[in-house]
Amino acid sequence: MTARIPRFPGVELGPKDLESGVVTTVRYRPEAKFAWSAGEAMTRFLAELEQGRLIARECKGCDRILFPPRMFCEECYRPTDAWVYVRDTGTIETYSISYLDTDARRITEPILVGVVSIDGASPKMGMMHYFGEMSKDDIRIGMRVQAKWRAARDRTGSVLDIEYFRPMRGG
Amino acid sequence: MKVGIVGVGITPFRSATPEFSWKELMYDGAQRAYADAGIDPRTDVGSFITCAEDYYEGFGIFDEFTPDQLGAVLRPMHTVGGDGIQGLANAYMQIQSGLADVVVVESHSKASDILTFEGIVAHGLDPIWNKPLGGHPNYLAGLEMDAFLRGSGNTAKDCALIASANRRAALLNSVAAYGARVTPEQAAASPGLWAPLRSLDASVLADGCVVLVVAGEKAARRMAARPVWVQGIGWASDSPSPETRDWVRPAYARIAAAMAYRLAKVRVPANAFDLAEVDDKFSYKELQHLEAIGLARKGQSGKMARRGDLGAGGKLPTNVSGGSLGCGNVLDASGLHRIAEAALQLRGDAGKHQVDGAERAVVQSWRGLPAATGAVAVLGVGP
Repeated sequence: MTARIPRFPGVELGPKDLESGVVTTVRYRPEAKFAWSAGEAMTRFLAELEQGRLIARECKGCDRILFPPRMFCEECYRPTDAWVYVRDTGTIETYSISYLDTDARRITEPILVGVVSIDGASPKMGMMHYFGEMSKDDIRIGMRVQAKWRAARDRTGSVLDIEYFRPMRGG
Repeated sequence: MKVGIVGVGITPFRSATPEFSWKELMYDGAQRAYADAGIDPRTDVGSFITCAEDYYEGFGIFDEFTPDQLGAVLRPMHTVGGDGIQGLANAYMQIQSGLADVVVVESHSKASDILTFEGIVAHGLDPIWNKPLGGHPNYLAGLEMDAFLRGSGNTAKDCALIASANRRAALLNSVAAYGARVTPEQAAASPGLWAPLRSLDASVLADGCVVLVVAGEKAARRMAARPVWVQGIGWASDSPSPETRDWVRPAYARIAAAMAYRLAKVRVPANAFDLAEVDDKFSYKELQHLEAIGLARKGQSGKMARRGDLGAGGKLPTNVSGGSLGCGNVLDASGLHRIAEAALQLRGDAGKHQVDGAERAVVQSWRGLPAATGAVAVLGVGP
């Protein structure tokens, strides 16, 4: 409703009307399951995550360190040249303080999410992740952070093997 | 202005390609096409088109994930949610309208990433009218095959000939995934699936990528490869309701062919071509499509198969590549694969399955179950 139109004409519908059958709907759950081959570059990347390391590919054509790694350089359009490790530290490039959880419910302890420029990777080769061990009042652009890895036995070869990025000691 | 195919890239089709991500598979196909055309995609291409369906890829808005591996970063790029020949039609229009001189068309299948293919096919059915029936969605092919055989007078034996011939032809095509020395008797005795359809009447999914470089006449003549001209192209859809479709002479094929033939000035299609590539995702589809696009009279396609007209040395060599039955069903890349095979034939670059002296070819595609959409292109070489 707006200030000028206090009440729209017609019948309002809510979730209850859908559930009670006032509005006719047909439900169906598709059988849609997939398992994507990670490929040459990301298979190595995920295996390295499990070891607590971040790996990239170097392109000697444009002198960039491509992170996450890829077998071809999208700028030069040629195969990349070598595997190189990058560090698990970096700088907060951008962040957001989320007051909603994934179901859009309001939360009191906000989720801190952002992009970290990874030390050793080229510009615009950051990693999106969560931040922890800091409050919404501490977080700032340019803050130095380090990956908080899960315990080795809990790692599965996933970007979630990093729990979050936390403030770097002395950073 | 004439529009020509000047670069062809095909990755070998395989039942699974665990060594590649879908990005790496596309990169492999694209590199081959650019090498064939002798171009650098970062500087020589005006527009890029992919043909893909989100439900086959398994994630949303697939369009956004295509530039890197094609050399299309920060360049005009879009996705056609349809068959590869529909993508070629878009390239044709972009060149004819002067928007671009050189256009790249890509399509691929990473079917091995799909764990529940039947579920994806079933999800394509009308949610209120057909879906609640459940069951395996391929019974649609059984229904259609039955209606086609009854309505046209062709027989299940004729279909077994196709099931055998295309798998045998595929043994000569290094791209093919499913070449095999299958006899017609073996095909006719294979397990019944959805009567009258038997297991060897059906193609099997494969992974693969096909990329074409397409160019206007002036640009085409500068390229490394001999241009294969797109003389005509058309596409159409029949009713989304299976009950409403023409199962004897599918309207999507008939209308798409009429559109392509009008552009190519083909008046008597039965005598116009040295080569045909028509969709054979099921064996009966090849016969049905031959009749629908005017290459055989009603009920005569089976006779053509029996007489050997469709073989490499016959009157109208058809699917000498091995088709989908022999090469594998590469989903929306199937049409683009047929275009690529025909283009290589017309250039004289088809290798062991080369047909002598072919100068004009017709290529027809179908999107596969449960779709009733297809496209047709007429290709030719010469001045």
